[in-house]
Amino acid sequence: MATLNDYLLASGLLFTVGFAGVLLRRNIIIIFMALELMLNAANLSLVGFSRFHTQAGLPDYNAQVLVFFIITVAAAEVAVGLAVIVALFRAKQTTHIEDLNTLKF
Amino acid sequence: MPAPLFWIFVLIMLFFGVMVVVNRSPVASAMSLVVCFLGLAALYISLDAFFLGVIQILVYAGAVMVLFLFIIMLLDLKAERRRHFNLIAMFGGIVVVVLFVKVLFDVCYGFQGGNAVFPAIHNAEHGDTWQVGMALFLQYKLPLQMIGALVVVASVGAVLLSKRELK
Amino acid sequence: MNSAPWIILFSPLLAAAVIVIATQPLKKFSSYLSVAAVAISFLFSLTLFGSPDQDLSFNWIDLGVFQVRIGYLIDGFSKMMLLVVTGVGFLIHVYSIGYMHDDRGRSRYFAGLSLFMFSMLGIVLANNFIMMFIFWELVGVSSYILIGHWFERPSAADAANKALIVNRIGDFGFMLGILMVWSASGTVMFGELASKWSTLGIGATYATMAALFVFCGAVGKSAQFPLHVWLPDAMEGPTPVSALIHAATMVAAGVYMLARVYFLFAGSAAALAVVLWIGVFTSLLAALMATQQSDIKRVLAYSTLSQLGLMVSAIGLGVPVSALFHLFTHAFFKALLFLGAGSVIHSLHNEQNMWQMGGLRKKMPLTFWTFLIATLALSGCPPLAGFWSKDGIVAAAFEHNLAAGLVISVINFFTAFYMMRLFVVAFLGTARSEAAEHAHESPPVMTVPLVLLAIPSLIAGFPPIEHIFFPNGGGAEPSIGAIAVSLAVFVAGIAAGFVLYRDKNSDPVSIPLFANRFYIDQFYAVLIKWTQDALAGVAAFVDRWFIDGGLVRGLGGTTWGFGFALRFLQIGNLQAYAFLFGFGVVLLLYLILFAA
Repeated sequence: MATLNDYLLASGLLFTVGFAGVLLRRNIIIIFMALELMLNAANLSLVGFSRFHTQAGLPDYNAQVLVFFIITVAAAEVAVGLAVIVALFRAKQTTHIEDLNTLKF
Repeated sequence: MPAPLFWIFVLIMLFFGVMVVVNRSPVASAMSLVVCFLGLAALYISLDAFFLGVIQILVYAGAVMVLFLFIIMLLDLKAERRRHFNLIAMFGGIVVVVLFVKVLFDVCYGFQGGNAVFPAIHNAEHGDTWQVGMALFLQYKLPLQMIGALVVVASVGAVLLSKRELK
Repeated sequence: MNSAPWIILFSPLLAAAVIVIATQPLKKFSSYLSVAAVAISFLFSLTLFGSPDQDLSFNWIDLGVFQVRIGYLIDGFSKMMLLVVTGVGFLIHVYSIGYMHDDRGRSRYFAGLSLFMFSMLGIVLANNFIMMFIFWELVGVSSYILIGHWFERPSAADAANKALIVNRIGDFGFMLGILMVWSASGTVMFGELASKWSTLGIGATYATMAALFVFCGAVGKSAQFPLHVWLPDAMEGPTPVSALIHAATMVAAGVYMLARVYFLFAGSAAALAVVLWIGVFTSLLAALMATQQSDIKRVLAYSTLSQLGLMVSAIGLGVPVSALFHLFTHAFFKALLFLGAGSVIHSLHNEQNMWQMGGLRKKMPLTFWTFLIATLALSGCPPLAGFWSKDGIVAAAFEHNLAAGLVISVINFFTAFYMMRLFVVAFLGTARSEAAEHAHESPPVMTVPLVLLAIPSLIAGFPPIEHIFFPNGGGAEPSIGAIAVSLAVFVAGIAAGFVLYRDKNSDPVSIPLFANRFYIDQFYAVLIKWTQDALAGVAAFVDRWFIDGGLVRGLGGTTWGFGFALRFLQIGNLQAYAFLFGFGVVLLLYLILFAA
């Protein structure tokens, strides 16, 4: 049987993959997708804990409600983020992250 | 869930997660991400979170990834050509990732409580969806309304941000 | 309490204050006021002469552990000095009325003279070290004011500075000496110290050091080597000033002080030896330098230096009374010499080079004869005053230290030689310049003091006269050997001077070393420049590297550097930010979970 530790390990590894994607990829769309991976990793660990902390024979639904909210917020964030990327693309004609560096000293 | 099944789905999820990061074509990345979400949904279901598993497919794979694909098509992104590597950034990235993995392993196998088997669930008279719905509408009314407002604001914002200048 | 000493002391001060505050435009009135003040002091000094000895003081500053007392000490020494200072001072004040007749700054001059009288009388009357030191400094200031009377002349201004600065160097040593004496004995009163000093059980080294530091004050004030350089330059002041300050009284203050505190030296043979040989050395040096000078006042200045050296060496020989006796007679004939020189200078319209004079015997008879008397007195011609006093010193020298005695005899030879040289060139022969051709005798206001000073130059040395002023004995008794040697050198010196310089129009002997005063001034200039450059270099280095570089630019630079380094966190590169986040998170996790 899979134990909680296994689920947490899976979650952590997924998070690591996502983080590596954020650090190592150059295309901003891909970076965004890796960001989604990180969010989902967090969701997975939340659901794991929800199942682990049972109350009166039922899983702890507070965590699941939180996951619901996270999914919603992530969706909204994706919408707005992609709109920003579209606007940037229209201005700079590039999605390469190193060309999008004008917010500096 | 029997262990082998669990590990299969974890493998799918991780493999396609890595594919997302590694692929050079954005469309291939997006597709890999969809499959990754599928694996994740399976894991949710294995944890008796049926509602969330379905919502994951519907919202993430169904709406968010479609949005991603639309934008990729809109911007007409081609496969990335090789550009020169920034060796320092790469090195930094790898270092942080390795360190994180190390911390992760240390934490996970130091967490004694996590080695127990999941407690049993008595089947309640109502399903999992009913339970989540009750929690959402009774305990978390206010956050729900705020989420609603947030989604509206996001929509309006997205429309505003992507408008072309009116000539 | 007898008020005579206070009147003596404060009447010149009052005159000076009135002149400075009120009567500067009224030049004649100022001069008469000053003369009157001195006359009053002189009269009261006469009355004091007959009164018994007193030692009185009252607290001026009382700080518990430390008290500064102001008072007066009337004993044999101070009675004699009071008369000399006020008497000679009075005659010089009268002379000044004539000499400074056409000067624009007359009021300032007489105020300065009165201030000087006040300060000098303070030194004479002082009964403790602190009071003496206060007036010591005042005398230095008065000297500065008077030397720089014609301050528009750069040489005069420089000379005044030099006098003050060199005096200050000596005074610094003096102050150290006073502090050492006070810390060893707890008191600064002369009366108490005289009885206590030898019984205090102070270590020999400490006592010698204290005595030598106190001697520093005399080295500065009485212009001994190596602080003698200010006296010849001080001749830039008006001639009456030279007469009063730099011949008769101020420079003698050092010798007077040494005689007062002789008890400090009495126990220390080492200190006495230092004093003796500095005095002898100064005397010899000055005598040699005087043989080659052409300015009449310079010759007299070096002569003063030489005689002061003799007085100091008398202290070193252990006969302070002889030193004071020589001081007493020297005041008269040196003042007379300077006033006579002033008379010549005045009538030759400020010509001071003796090779431009000559043939003044018929034209200025009174000046001629009084100058001759003074020259002979200084050279040690019996039975004039100088003979008795110099002989006392020579006798003491032969008794205590034969080497010193021989050197002093050589010095006396040179003294006679250069004085005769001066007299022959300046007064005898034929006139060498237009000014000398048209010379005429000075007005009575100037010649009467000359005559009046000639009298004591003639008779002040005689034993009966001496006993009036030195009732406690006149020091060493002259021995036959000493008298013989003194007479011999006197005759030889006079003859040599007369023969060598008769009817010459320029100096037959030329010794640049002496004429250039042994290049001591140049050596000091180089020394001072070198020291100042070194100090300035160190200060500049510290300023540039430590204060400028380290503190000011260092602080600014450090801040700037931090700012510059931190700027790189804001480079606009998204992934760099992400890296920093990740790294920070990992670090935090590590710290919280495993290290804390």
